[in-house]
Amino acid sequence: MLRRKFSNLLVTAVMLGSTVGVASAQETLKVGVTGPKTGVQTGAAAIVYWPNVQLWVREVNEKGGIKVEGKRLKVELVEYDDKSTPEEAVKNIQRLATVDKVDFIVSPFTTGINLATAPLISRYGYPQLVATGNANDLRTFVKQWPNSFWLQGKASDLSTGIVDTLKTMRDRGQVGNKVALAYVAEAFGLENVDSSKPAFKEAGFDIVYEASYPLGTQDLAPIVSGAKAAKPDAFVAYSYPPDSFALTEQAQIQSFDVNAFYVGVGGALTSFGRRFGKQAEGVMSMGGVNPDDPAYKAYRERYKQVTGQDTDYWSGPVVYASLEVLEQAIEKAGKDRAAVAKAIKSGTFDTVIGKVSFEDNILKKLWTVGQWRDGVFQGINGQGVDGAKEPVKKPTWN
Amino acid sequence: MQILVTGTLLGGTYALIALGLTLQYGAARIMNLANGETLVAACFVAFWLFTSLGVTPLLGMVIIAPAALLLNWLIYTGLLRPLVRRAKHRGMLEVDSILASFGLLFLFQGLMLLIFGGAYFNYRFLAEPFSIFGSPYALNRVVAFVAAALVSFLLYLFLYHTRQGAAVRAVAVDPASAPLVAIDVSRTAAFAFALGGALTACGGALLSTFYTFNASMGVLFTMKALIIVIMGGVGDVRGATLAALILGVSETAVASLIDPGLTLAATYALFILVLLFRPQGILGRAAA
Repeated sequence: MLRRKFSNLLVTAVMLGSTVGVASAQETLKVGVTGPKTGVQTGAAAIVYWPNVQLWVREVNEKGGIKVEGKRLKVELVEYDDKSTPEEAVKNIQRLATVDKVDFIVSPFTTGINLATAPLISRYGYPQLVATGNANDLRTFVKQWPNSFWLQGKASDLSTGIVDTLKTMRDRGQVGNKVALAYVAEAFGLENVDSSKPAFKEAGFDIVYEASYPLGTQDLAPIVSGAKAAKPDAFVAYSYPPDSFALTEQAQIQSFDVNAFYVGVGGALTSFGRRFGKQAEGVMSMGGVNPDDPAYKAYRERYKQVTGQDTDYWSGPVVYASLEVLEQAIEKAGKDRAAVAKAIKSGTFDTVIGKVSFEDNILKKLWTVGQWRDGVFQGINGQGVDGAKEPVKKPTWN
Repeated sequence: MQILVTGTLLGGTYALIALGLTLQYGAARIMNLANGETLVAACFVAFWLFTSLGVTPLLGMVIIAPAALLLNWLIYTGLLRPLVRRAKHRGMLEVDSILASFGLLFLFQGLMLLIFGGAYFNYRFLAEPFSIFGSPYALNRVVAFVAAALVSFLLYLFLYHTRQGAAVRAVAVDPASAPLVAIDVSRTAAFAFALGGALTACGGALLSTFYTFNASMGVLFTMKALIIVIMGGVGDVRGATLAALILGVSETAVASLIDPGLTLAATYALFILVLLFRPQGILGRAAA
């Protein structure tokens, strides 16, 4: 494990060295990227962001580069650490645009930082393909920054996906009316609860338990025992990865059995399925893909070969797809940024999440809920998606 | 009852986080801000030992503790002793050691990021229900609590019933007068610092069995440890253990009876109360 990591590092170092060498020799396409290498978002970015950027650059350059006006241009990546803060990200974008003079940029990581950098990115005319962020009033943003494209849909679509799934299950008699709700007391959890609570009520669900917990807490036994005491039929948590793991483990330990068990971010990670093994069966989480799609399968395999890790079943492929969209739009329109943005607006693109196109700059393809089945995370609900499986009742923890 | 047991178990976890820092700050007079990094590093080593070599974290402590002892001794003698020699009074040493260990924090964090990347790590060890008074609790947390109790007890025996321990206490109370009774202050302080590091590392190994961690999480643990150390009374092992238990139980009680969102508020409310009414710590003695 350690050795592999270390040799990866060496390979990266050698690769970086060689790209610099190549850069001076021939014309390249400069692509700038700023994302968290330190700070609170490091963990998430190390799984869904950086490896995909790495993989994409490698794939493109192995093909000989991106075709621009008849020539193949290799991608030269310029990377900066945003330390998980918007201030740093803004500085990085400024530097990428004015000092490094990059041709294109990879959109930054997380909603907050994408929103913070959008005015600047738009001023320099770069297309911004937001793959790791969303919000509720996307239309206003698109009006303000016409070069911004949103691949994760509206925030409320994502949080109410589970309401929809529970409704389907209730109609089939798989789950009852009582829901226990838990969420992390931070922007992500609060926004999700704000939009999902009215949706639960409207759908006629009864919220029998509701609790928030501070960001960073992994000692969640009281939440699980509280939820258990309320005897719900379904448990829904808008949680971050460490707490998603902790809630799932506590639920097993306290034999908290419900017919539907849902956690927020983290449940779609391959490591989640590996950690819980058979216990993961039937657990639902935010996100999803169609794991049987050949494009996704091929991507998953290449990802493993190149990075040595496993990609996830949600954001990772979307990040990669955003880079494929950028690549294909550049091949169509050349180096001119405005022309590329126009090409993204109107084109259809072949990506690892299938054929995609934008409607008013918003991707009309969004997985909202997935469920673990036989060690694979299957998408079970979404908008404009193909290959969604039917949800099943969660078996008891065993 | 359930609240009491869950809270006590959590208190054990907190004690593991804080005991090392108590020794380092109390006896060696080093406010080690890189304490959390030591803990996370131990998490990583325990993870690595378990997943690639199949060595359980409990057994792994046999390797981790001496390694941390040695490493911390080297840090003290190499990096911190010059600061101690230079310092004209306690305040100066405190400022200097805070700055130095702040640098260490970034160094360790950078090294861990380089080696392990920033991703989340966890593994499954003893994640089974264990029944106490008819209610199930996580076995890995129970094990961590038992270990915490054992470590505190041994530490207590060592500090209060051995010569070497008495020397550590003497240095903690008055480093200027300790040489008068033939105590090698410099060596004793180095030993206390190293022992503190080893305890923190043991805590990390145990915590890794139920926490999800990554390379940049150390600060969270340092913060918690700081609160507990200050609440308990600087350098007082019994006080720190007591403070950890009080925090654990009160956080759990607030989470179960009032609202889980208020656990942090409860922590800081207690902290402020202690600072207001017993600024020397729960069991600390007022400065002479």
